[in-house]
Amino acid sequence: MGKTLFDKLWDSHVVLSKPGFPDAVYINTHFIHEVTSPQAFDGLRKRGIPVFRTAKTRATADHNVPTIDQHLPIKEALSRKQVEMLTTNTKEFGVELYGLGHPYQGIVHVIGPELGITLPGMTIVCGDSHTSTHGAFGAIAFGIGTSEVEQVLATQCILQYRPKRMKIEVNGQLKKGVLSKDIILYIISKISASGATGYFVEYAGEAIRSLSMEARMTICNMSIEMGARGGLIAPDEITFEYIKGREFAPKGADWDKALAYWKTLSTDKDAEFDVTLTFDAADIEPMITYGTNPGMGIGVTQHIPSVEQMEEKEKASFRKSLEYMGLEPGSGLLGKKVDYVFIGSCTNSRIEDLRLVAEFVKGKHKAEGVVAWIVPGSKQVEAQAKKEGIDKIFEAAGFQLRQPGCSACLGMNEDKIPAGMYCISTSNRNFEGRQGPNARTFLASPLSAAAAAITGKVTDVRELV
Amino acid sequence: MSKNFQHLVSTAVPIAIENIDTDQIIPARFLKATTRDGFGENLFRDWRYDSNNQPKADFALNNPTYKGEVLVAGKNFGCGSSREHAAWAIGDAGFKVVVSSFFADIFKNNALNNFILPVQVTDEFLEKIFSEINKDVNTQLEIDIEKQSIRILSTGDEAKFDINPYKKACLINGYDDIDYLLSLRKEIETYEAGREFNF
Ligand code: SF4
Repeated sequence: MGKTLFDKLWDSHVVLSKPGFPDAVYINTHFIHEVTSPQAFDGLRKRGIPVFRTAKTRATADHNVPTIDQHLPIKEALSRKQVEMLTTNTKEFGVELYGLGHPYQGIVHVIGPELGITLPGMTIVCGDSHTSTHGAFGAIAFGIGTSEVEQVLATQCILQYRPKRMKIEVNGQLKKGVLSKDIILYIISKISASGATGYFVEYAGEAIRSLSMEARMTICNMSIEMGARGGLIAPDEITFEYIKGREFAPKGADWDKALAYWKTLSTDKDAEFDVTLTFDAADIEPMITYGTNPGMGIGVTQHIPSVEQMEEKEKASFRKSLEYMGLEPGSGLLGKKVDYVFIGSCTNSRIEDLRLVAEFVKGKHKAEGVVAWIVPGSKQVEAQAKKEGIDKIFEAAGFQLRQPGCSACLGMNEDKIPAGMYCISTSNRNFEGRQGPNARTFLASPLSAAAAAITGKVTDVRELV
Repeated sequence: MSKNFQHLVSTAVPIAIENIDTDQIIPARFLKATTRDGFGENLFRDWRYDSNNQPKADFALNNPTYKGEVLVAGKNFGCGSSREHAAWAIGDAGFKVVVSSFFADIFKNNALNNFILPVQVTDEFLEKIFSEINKDVNTQLEIDIEKQSIRILSTGDEAKFDINPYKKACLINGYDDIDYLLSLRKEIETYEAGREFNF
């Protein structure tokens, strides 16, 4: 019987597999950021050991950074300390840092791919659940906790049990105004926020294959929101085209050799998955979430379920969630007023997202009273946007183009959504308080978010494109 | 946080809510510490305190009748962010065991790496625990790692739970993954040397 791509990659990275023990899996690239690494470096210090393979470790500062006036010291003392500690730790242990002010700085899951550090066939980890993003290149990539960060720093390996395999096939073609973000929100709404727990997902099918690399990253990024360990997509010409020529990508003879290897990376025809799910792209409309986990999503023209439609033991959590959101069970969202629009995060802050939004808002202006933030995923995205004149389009439309960072994706830095306000957001989590204490989040695609900025309310973007 | 344990009898704190994500367990704005200590005071911060920092009386952790080293919570506990701070906060607040009918993967690993035992039971057994605590807040639970069992002492109801043998040994003996991985140094170097594509 054939093998899945996941199993091929896993098997080729197992250093030791012993009955009764988790596999020791070799890690090709380890990304670190300021929030989940200080205690890991501390652990190394206590044990008196170095970082085992410094060249396979890259660091950036993203979660705590402000997105305006980045040249000034970070105002909040604890945030500043955490970012400074990353600088001290990486210097002491000899790890490359793309810190604040560095031309490569940005959200860790944006910079890896754009710098050509993320490559097919790799194993990649980071102390951050959205590490699944890198799976879009045909890599095994997943988020880990700080104790595991310490393991990888110390040994370049991680102890893991092999997850089960799930295939998610999306066939057919997407309709106009529907983006890859809608595909993944749709899948999660169908299988729930825990529907893929214990699995590693491979995405396949015509609708996936026809997506750009950036759109594929959006899908893999949110694999964790259905509980999956990670998600991957077999590499193809679109992948190779994206990687070629990037800063750290292989060059010359190395490129040819790598390419020949990458072309072997696919699931065998007769390989078996533990579970296969199939969806039709034509069934997907622009999606929006109404609740406080990413599984609580509906097509923008549909209605929130009623309490009666919920299973008995889910009713309490459902009510709590809608109360938090200030929404009525059974109601629709179209026309609901929004206060903030956030276009950014490792899900949708790449140059393609910015281009798409710019093209849509060109010649339009945001609605009165709406605050519209565009936060590029990296310094390079920011620079590219300026080079293309996209910044001017945003300015004319009343959108604020800020500096790179995680920003309002999580209420950790200065960018927070005020209590009780509604934010339509291109990020990946709508948990209670995620964007700031008592902030209310609608997750949606960049186009849907941009449409809401223009009209000031939840809008079916298909009517505007 | 003591490192190893084998057996525990304790009352429990019930939070009968599903899909509790790690942003609730410890909100992002409290992740700025650079040590592992002190997270307990912000455990479930926004469910425990209102916006004026007044304790919310109806939340279980503020209810003095609930105490103990066991946290019992609804399905899909610990989903969302991979922050190990969630496990640190739970441990720092004095919990050694979390019982639920389903755990998110990363949380489960993080808990075990901090010597907190995730005990996964069926939906029915979880309901049973909630309803017994409802009837009597002094309901005691007995957890035995060696036997992999959890028992409601007052009713005698018992369930088995899974834990992989390696992690079980780690918990009982108080040793961790790094100790084990460091002992594989030679194997790791041999692996590196043998890879054509070691990027
Ligand atoms: S953008 Fe949001 S989800 Fe992505 S790494 Fe930053 S905080 Fe995490």
